Amino acid sequence: MVDELKLAELAGIAHELRYHIVRMMGAGKPHHFGGSLSVVEVVTALYFYKMRYDPADPRWDGRDRFVMSKGHSVPAQYAALARLGVLPLDELPRLKKLGSILQGHPNVHMTPGLEACTGSLGQGLSFANGIALAARIRGLECRVYCVLGDGELHEGQVWEAAMEAAGQKLDTLVALVDRNRLKSQGDVDEAKPLEPLALKWEAFGWHTLVVDGHDLRQICDALDVAETTKGRPTAVIARTVKGKGVPFMEGQFQFHNAPISQQQWEEAMRVLAPEELAR
Amino acid sequence: MKWKIGDRVETRDAYGKALVDLGARRPDVVVMDADLQRSNKTYAFGQAYPDRFFDMGIAEADMICTAAGMAATGMTVFASSFAMFVPGRCYDQVRLQLSYGQANVKIAGVSAGITQGPDGATHQSLDDVALTRQLPGMIVIVPADATEAYQATLAAAEIAEPVYLRLGRYPTPVIFGEDYRFQIGAVPVLRRGADVVLYATGIMTSMALDTAGLLAATGIEAAVLNVPTIKPLDIEAVVRPAAGARLAVTMEEHSIIGGLGSAVAEALACAGHMSTLLRIGIQDCFGQSGTADELLEYYGLTPAHMASQIRSAL
Repeated sequence: MVDELKLAELAGIAHELRYHIVRMMGAGKPHHFGGSLSVVEVVTALYFYKMRYDPADPRWDGRDRFVMSKGHSVPAQYAALARLGVLPLDELPRLKKLGSILQGHPNVHMTPGLEACTGSLGQGLSFANGIALAARIRGLECRVYCVLGDGELHEGQVWEAAMEAAGQKLDTLVALVDRNRLKSQGDVDEAKPLEPLALKWEAFGWHTLVVDGHDLRQICDALDVAETTKGRPTAVIARTVKGKGVPFMEGQFQFHNAPISQQQWEEAMRVLAPEELAR
Repeated sequence: MKWKIGDRVETRDAYGKALVDLGARRPDVVVMDADLQRSNKTYAFGQAYPDRFFDMGIAEADMICTAAGMAATGMTVFASSFAMFVPGRCYDQVRLQLSYGQANVKIAGVSAGITQGPDGATHQSLDDVALTRQLPGMIVIVPADATEAYQATLAAAEIAEPVYLRLGRYPTPVIFGEDYRFQIGAVPVLRRGADVVLYATGIMTSMALDTAGLLAATGIEAAVLNVPTIKPLDIEAVVRPAAGARLAVTMEEHSIIGGLGSAVAEALACAGHMSTLLRIGIQDCFGQSGTADELLEYYGLTPAHMASQIRSAL
């Protein structure tokens, strides 16, 4: 169970990750601000609270796996991996630049610490199932965490994978849905309604939990509950705000993948700068 | 595995037997199917190794990505379906997870080509080689007979790269004996002849040999090259025999666009070989229902049709 001291540490890390995300993206170039910022607490709770993971050996066979199915939000993962020391911090501003190891969407062979190539939405949960099934065959005791976007749930393949995981009773698997309610062009549910979303996952045979996706205690508790859940996979629906942490981006679909001005960037950096830098 | 030369065997049968043999000595081999295991001959593997066989349901896209996740966790995965579903139905997943991700996954497209037969155009995959051939790092193999299909399946398990195996349900004569050694990329010369070079793949290789026989009867000497590996293509092996020949011919039960015909055209043209190329295959159209033999006849893929086409082109 997560304690107050840990929660305070995690809150600091989440703030730091947001700073790194906006810093690496910079001004004037289109970047996936919105979804990278909304998923920060989920990424923080996974890497800095829950996962069994050795940053000195990111290919350790027994590690817990993190599959970023919503591949466009990989900058949040890059920030976390840099914070862990798996990636050099200096590399972050080279995001999407020619020759960088940090591609616009995850490439498992170019970037240490990633588990899957994603970017075409809908594929990550199937991939995560594959890890969990192979681990079962091999007797590996790893857990698998897959982060999905809510817009991504429009892809039918997600539900194919959901059926497979339940059918295989993959209780080592957790799907975390970044429920920020906005996709690239607007409201997720207006295009295709997801609600009642928790009931959908339940109906597909998953133990389902709904949390405030910016409340680290709720996320950590849900991950603990998932670990004690036997015989079925767990879905955590994390209710989030797209663009969280940068006031002018919050709840605005326009910052899904867009450039910001130098002035906007400076404003965001002021809000997110770690206290010691802000002073 | 041993088949008698001349016996008619479906390449999918050899695939199924190879998988069972592989399963016995390779605990890392996993087999998946998308509800076609009896047709694709993966059922026997499932009976022998139930813990390493997965019926993924009618969900090809999910199957490919699950296979990639397994491969990333130390398994060697064979994922099978009809060729029009794999790679056709799940091209995006094959592209991202297998090609871009360089996953140790072998996909088998079974009942490929016009000889799928009665189910008609919806089920006759004529573009699967084109789809897989242009994917970086993908190895594309179209075995000519049961012996080659068996050995190609074993060879695919020996390498870490993603492989596309194109297999059929047409009982095609066994042309290779026990002493045959399949090698990825090799282009065996099955017959020599100075006038015409026949490049054939899959079930067309046996028919190319028959075609060469018919041509010889009218004084035309045709070389026959078996091209089981469409990618990577051994350019040198393809270009050299064409020197001095009056006509080059490709033979495939696949669209003439994007498959062997295109691969050989590219190789010859890039090498500066301007000999005329006759591409025999499905001429940029869909198929229809019929028996395999009726369809081969209708689309001009019999030795008699092909020999007459070659004579007119000379």
